[in-house]
Amino acid sequence: MIQIRLSGSGGQGLILAGIILAEAAVIDGKEVVQTQAYGPEARGGSSKAECIISDEAIDYPKVTVADVVLCLNQESYNKYGKDIHADGIVIVDTTLVREFENKENVLALPVTKTAVEGLGKAIFANIIALGAVVGKTGVVTKTAIEQAVLARVPRGTEELNRKALALGWEMAQKAC
Amino acid sequence: MSRVVLMQGNQACAEAALAAGVRFFAGYPITPSTEVAEIFAARLPRLGGKFIQMEDEIAGMGAVCGASLAGVKALTATSGPGFSLKQELIGYAAMAEIPVVVVNVQRLGPSTGKPTAPAQGDVMQARWGTHGDRAAIALSPTSVRETYDVTVHAINFSEKFRLPVIILLDEIIGHMREKIALPDPSTLRIIERKKPAVPSGEYLAYKPDDDGVAPLAAFGDGYHYHVTGLVHDETGFPAGSASITADLITRLHTKVYNAKSEITLFDEYFMEDAETAVVAYGGTFRSAMAAVKEARAKGNKVGLIKLITIWPFADEVVARAAAKVGTMIVPELNYGQLVGEVHRAANGRAHIVSLPKVDGGVFTPQEILSVLDKEVG
Repeated sequence: MIQIRLSGSGGQGLILAGIILAEAAVIDGKEVVQTQAYGPEARGGSSKAECIISDEAIDYPKVTVADVVLCLNQESYNKYGKDIHADGIVIVDTTLVREFENKENVLALPVTKTAVEGLGKAIFANIIALGAVVGKTGVVTKTAIEQAVLARVPRGTEELNRKALALGWEMAQKAC
Repeated sequence: MSRVVLMQGNQACAEAALAAGVRFFAGYPITPSTEVAEIFAARLPRLGGKFIQMEDEIAGMGAVCGASLAGVKALTATSGPGFSLKQELIGYAAMAEIPVVVVNVQRLGPSTGKPTAPAQGDVMQARWGTHGDRAAIALSPTSVRETYDVTVHAINFSEKFRLPVIILLDEIIGHMREKIALPDPSTLRIIERKKPAVPSGEYLAYKPDDDGVAPLAAFGDGYHYHVTGLVHDETGFPAGSASITADLITRLHTKVYNAKSEITLFDEYFMEDAETAVVAYGGTFRSAMAAVKEARAKGNKVGLIKLITIWPFADEVVARAAAKVGTMIVPELNYGQLVGEVHRAANGRAHIVSLPKVDGGVFTPQEILSVLDKEVG
């Protein structure tokens, strides 16, 4: 069983990223539960999506001890960045997380900066981050995540999202 | 063919309702139930149904009552604040015997409370929220897949017994996505309301058959009858004799209670040799199951009762378990509501422990396990 927590602020597309990751797990034939927690705001506030991927049926749907944590802002790093399994991996977006402990299990990547510079828009940060999470951890297969991303994104944005996923994947691979 | 998909609880509710023949939705969107309305808005027009976003929750309840009387299966969805507003017309539907389904995706209250936080605080409201006395049916699912089945049951019960049926979802199950195998809609057992078999001049909309339920003609079918919230006779027109009043109010109970074994949906886990039992429902069941499995792994004889049917309360199930176990623990995302019913049904045969949680969060398995450890130890 792998427990994944994607955290940041409302509007960064974290819940969509969680849904895509869960759909990729379904494509891989795994059991999966996806939940979220967010405030009443449409944008801003804290936002969190969680996925539990397992070979067996899942009882408790929330993350108890995270194996993978993604932090797309400082607040979420402060809250969840250290709340992780001893062998867990933390991925931080260095564009928005300025202060973090650069330990061995921390993968520091300029996610939002890459979205803006590589694809012209910060809104691709969630897909880049997904590419990085999967590239680093292999929680789902590469073909499954590609298929899941393309099935969910708005028509006409497939190429940009495919590129976003590849950018994240490559960043994570290089950093390994 | 069944289909394997990632699906949200709210979505499973809407999909099941469509598969069971619901073709009318009226309501007012509210977190955490909004997805139910969104799916109906997208799907109903293509199926020849109608979706209306009403000016408020009261109007949404009125519109589904009207649609049902016109012969269309109708459903509305809301959360706590809207559920409060709908109560008067839920009573009207009970008195006028209109089959409708009300989905309440519970969030923390009172009032607007905490819109995105899960809770199970409307359990008693589902039973007693409207004034007066009648039997209620309320069902609460524990997974996305079960939400699908429970929704079909709710619609069937509303049609069969001619009454408003409540689906008590909570933010956990409503918003959670799970991998599920969707059943082939053609395999579902769908119940349709009884229609009159007599000519229009002889039809009495409130003259019950042996099961306590009268056939229901649709407005527009050519049958003339009267619908009122006042005490009425078999014609539906107001009448107030003591015997008519007593017969009507009694029948609003017995038509449900006589079918209680059919309506009571529950499950038991590890109960064969259990010395301690957890009684759980809705999203809390998931935490309880994880806790009970951990307790079993430690060698503790702990069992679990899952209540899907909340109302009518599963007295016999709880009484049977209470005669066997020493202690029953009732975790709920409220200050302790259904535990009162557990006490009543157990009637002193077991030690009952209420485990309330009102911080807007979900029970962790550890929170339940620590109480289990204490009680078992």
